Amino acid sequence: MESLEYEFAAGQPAPGRTVSGVVSSGDLEVLLEPAAAGRTTVAVQTSVDGYGGTWKALLERVFGAGTLPAARIEINDNGATPGVVRMRIEQAYEQVNNGAKP
Amino acid sequence: MNIENLLTRDSFIERGARSRAQALLDPGTFRELAGPFARLHSPWLAMQKLVTQADDGVVVAKGMLAGRRTVVLAIEGAFQGGSMGEIGAAKIAGALELAARDNERGIPTQAVIVFETGGVRLQEANLGLAGIAEIQSAIVDLRRHRPVIGVSAGTVGCYGGMSIAAGLCSYFVMTREARLGLNGPQVIEQEAGVAEFDARQRSLIWGLTGGAQRTATHLADACVDDDTAAIRATVIDLFARGVPATHRSDRAGDFLACLGRVDTTRQATAQDVRDLYSKGLA
Repeated sequence: MESLEYEFAAGQPAPGRTVSGVVSSGDLEVLLEPAAAGRTTVAVQTSVDGYGGTWKALLERVFGAGTLPAARIEINDNGATPGVVRMRIEQAYEQVNNGAKP
Repeated sequence: MNIENLLTRDSFIERGARSRAQALLDPGTFRELAGPFARLHSPWLAMQKLVTQADDGVVVAKGMLAGRRTVVLAIEGAFQGGSMGEIGAAKIAGALELAARDNERGIPTQAVIVFETGGVRLQEANLGLAGIAEIQSAIVDLRRHRPVIGVSAGTVGCYGGMSIAAGLCSYFVMTREARLGLNGPQVIEQEAGVAEFDARQRSLIWGLTGGAQRTATHLADACVDDDTAAIRATVIDLFARGVPATHRSDRAGDFLACLGRVDTTRQATAQDVRDLYSKGLA
């Protein structure tokens, strides 16, 4: 198991908090909460060691533009592929934008 | 169920625990307690290098069901096989105890437990077992006031100590896909040999422990299609019946008498078991 932390530029605070996904095999859980404007932090717990570079590249693709709402994001990963990770993060943003409550 | 129904129905099995709780409660009344942002992680899994889930695999939700105050306790079968650890079990037991206290104060509150669990979480050992014991006592206490209804939709089913908790519920609802048993098929095969139980034989497993069989043998009260609306309607109907005059667990003697008549010289078939239980429990 490995813990990783990343930081990205961001827009205005996210409009709410939400959770997407489940920590099942090949899946992950994304917890998204509003953060102060301008900065998003991502804390990852993953069951698979040695993929820090892949996480960095993937998260840069998602957050690199610095335009997504600012959030404190916690990821609990049980061996999800990059595609699944990206979809779970996008699902979380879609849920907060639609006003979903966890 | 024909193909058209399969495509249009709203599967309960495919929903996660949180979505199941939302679907059972009246629209707009779902309120989660001790949810993921309370961050009640298992303290024991991380020590064993396992990734934790922020709600420890248990969703506690309060709301209304057909206008009655209801607490739904839904176990997430996809996280660690729905296993019961210290935190998840305490969430269920605590919610049931609070519901009993509400009843004692004149606020009728009923409970639904969605069982999707292999039983105790082996990584948490005795703490998980103690938690399951608390759940069992809390069910027995609460069911004096209002029914406690268990639902197992599959595909994990309900096993181990939690199958005993299921047996203590006022009513138990299953789908054909769900299974209910004390020991899982692989455990029986490992302990007693493949001649006793072949864990690869799916027809044998579902024939003896599946929802249709358990309903036919009085260990469950309804076998419902995997359809969210049908499951919700069944739960509402059962609550409307009120607290049963005799709980299933009060009939332990009748069940034991049935077991006493088992012919152990040969492997029992599903039909043998139905005959046995229909004689003793009808």
